[in-house]
Amino acid sequence: MPFYVSPEQVMKDKSDYARKRISQIRSGVVITCEAGILFVAPNPSRALRKFSELYDRIAFAAVGRYNEFESLRKAGVRYADMTGFQYDRRDVTARGLADWYAQLLGALFTDSPKPYEVELVVAEVGVTPDADQIYRIIFDGSVAEEHGGFVVMGGQAERVAEVLRESYKPGLSLTDAMTLAIGALSVQNDGSSSETITADQLEAALLERSRTHRAFRRLSGARLDTLLTEALKKPVPAGSATAGEIGSPSDGADGGE
Amino acid sequence: MGGIEPQSRWQPSAFLAAGSSSFADFLTTAAPDLLPAQREAGAALGHDLPHATTIVAAICEGGVVMAGDRRATSGNMISQRDMEKVFPGDEYSCVGISGVAGIGVDLVRLFQVELEHYEKLEGRSLSLEGKANRLAGLVRGNLMGAMQGLVAVPILAGFDEEVRHGRIFTYDVAGGRYEEQRFSSIGSGSVFARGSLKKLYRDGMSVEDVVLACMQALYDAADDDSATGGPDVSRRIFPVVATVTEDGFERLSDEAAGRYALAVVNERMQLPDGPAAAMQQITS
Repeated sequence: MPFYVSPEQVMKDKSDYARKRISQIRSGVVITCEAGILFVAPNPSRALRKFSELYDRIAFAAVGRYNEFESLRKAGVRYADMTGFQYDRRDVTARGLADWYAQLLGALFTDSPKPYEVELVVAEVGVTPDADQIYRIIFDGSVAEEHGGFVVMGGQAERVAEVLRESYKPGLSLTDAMTLAIGALSVQNDGSSSETITADQLEAALLERSRTHRAFRRLSGARLDTLLTEALKKPVPAGSATAGEIGSPSDGADGGE
Repeated sequence: MGGIEPQSRWQPSAFLAAGSSSFADFLTTAAPDLLPAQREAGAALGHDLPHATTIVAAICEGGVVMAGDRRATSGNMISQRDMEKVFPGDEYSCVGISGVAGIGVDLVRLFQVELEHYEKLEGRSLSLEGKANRLAGLVRGNLMGAMQGLVAVPILAGFDEEVRHGRIFTYDVAGGRYEEQRFSSIGSGSVFARGSLKKLYRDGMSVEDVVLACMQALYDAADDDSATGGPDVSRRIFPVVATVTEDGFERLSDEAAGRYALAVVNERMQLPDGPAAAMQQITS
């Protein structure tokens, strides 16, 4: 090797690179509600999905570079199907998958010159909201179980999470969760209000608690339109989803890019 | 076991490879020992293993019906009285098996994962033709086993969402795939079942009528084939009946299947050979 670069420097550079790239994209949110686990993200594409089914009651959500998280998604489906085929369907768990993704991303971060620019969530819907499991895995393989009932992926995650933290309550209805998600996501819009959000700008999916076998359902077409119309009737920006006691509309919602 | 090291099975590169959307293909590279085809028997041993027997399938108005008896036999012994041999393939298909039960059940399990795997990776379901061809490939994978006596063949029935009606496919051990018109049957009692359906089946029958015709056919198969089990009235074990229509796969509850089966049993108390087909009078 012609030049010596310390391992600290290499890791720091990779880390900084990945962090910067991930902060430049738009956030996605995952929220636990009564009906299940709701996934919402701005996504104008109908074909390139951020949310998808991994196994019966487990879903995958990701933001970042599409080709990178898509190959991770496929890898996860392969891992889940192989585990389920070898043992039993009940032996495929969100914890196992999150752990596997952590190993995989950890190895990729160390070994490859460029880190993956992705942030993943593996979520499993339980019988009750208390039994829901949400794991967030970042580019270097760090994994965290989220107990707050929601998680924000990528973008201006802190700002979006702040809105959620203020207004999230356990046991939200699906509509309230959608209102909250849109309110939180609109924080990253450049001044444009959340009123302008339409169904074709959003990707939404639900791990439906009441379904028995495969719980993952995309919310699109008429179902999303209806849900969005209902959700937008409630006071949206940066505020409480259940009561109407909100404060300022998304002031300072500039920037982000 | 088999000299496969766990490390090689869980190589991340195998999972991240661009590869096809086939689960079986993935197993071939990542964990070949999990494929049914990779297990070889030392010598011909098929005869003493539990065998699954008769399955019938028939097209009905707006879909297709499949029914299978519950008996598994090892040689002249009954090895199981309540075996399930009719399974969902995915939302719009069902698959029945006959032959060596261990091979058949594993084949179905692999087929089910194969369909779901494709659906998850590609974001759409396979066409019914695609499912039928994929199953042919999986059956062909067991050719070596079949030559050693481990013979199992499936029958596939499904609702074709493009042409919007039911279709039936049967297979031979070499993976030959044959589309059947109207109705078909496989397994040891299939000859009798098919003869029975020939006399009872009419085009455009309702789901209920076809379920009843299939029950009659299974009764006739059990009547003449010792390896096919009839309705077990005392234990209340009745054939498994599945329907696939626009609304998807549905397995009749044991209670509902029992009602059809008991209707046939009661009728046979009076007419042991079942309903007689009307014959045309020759007038000259």
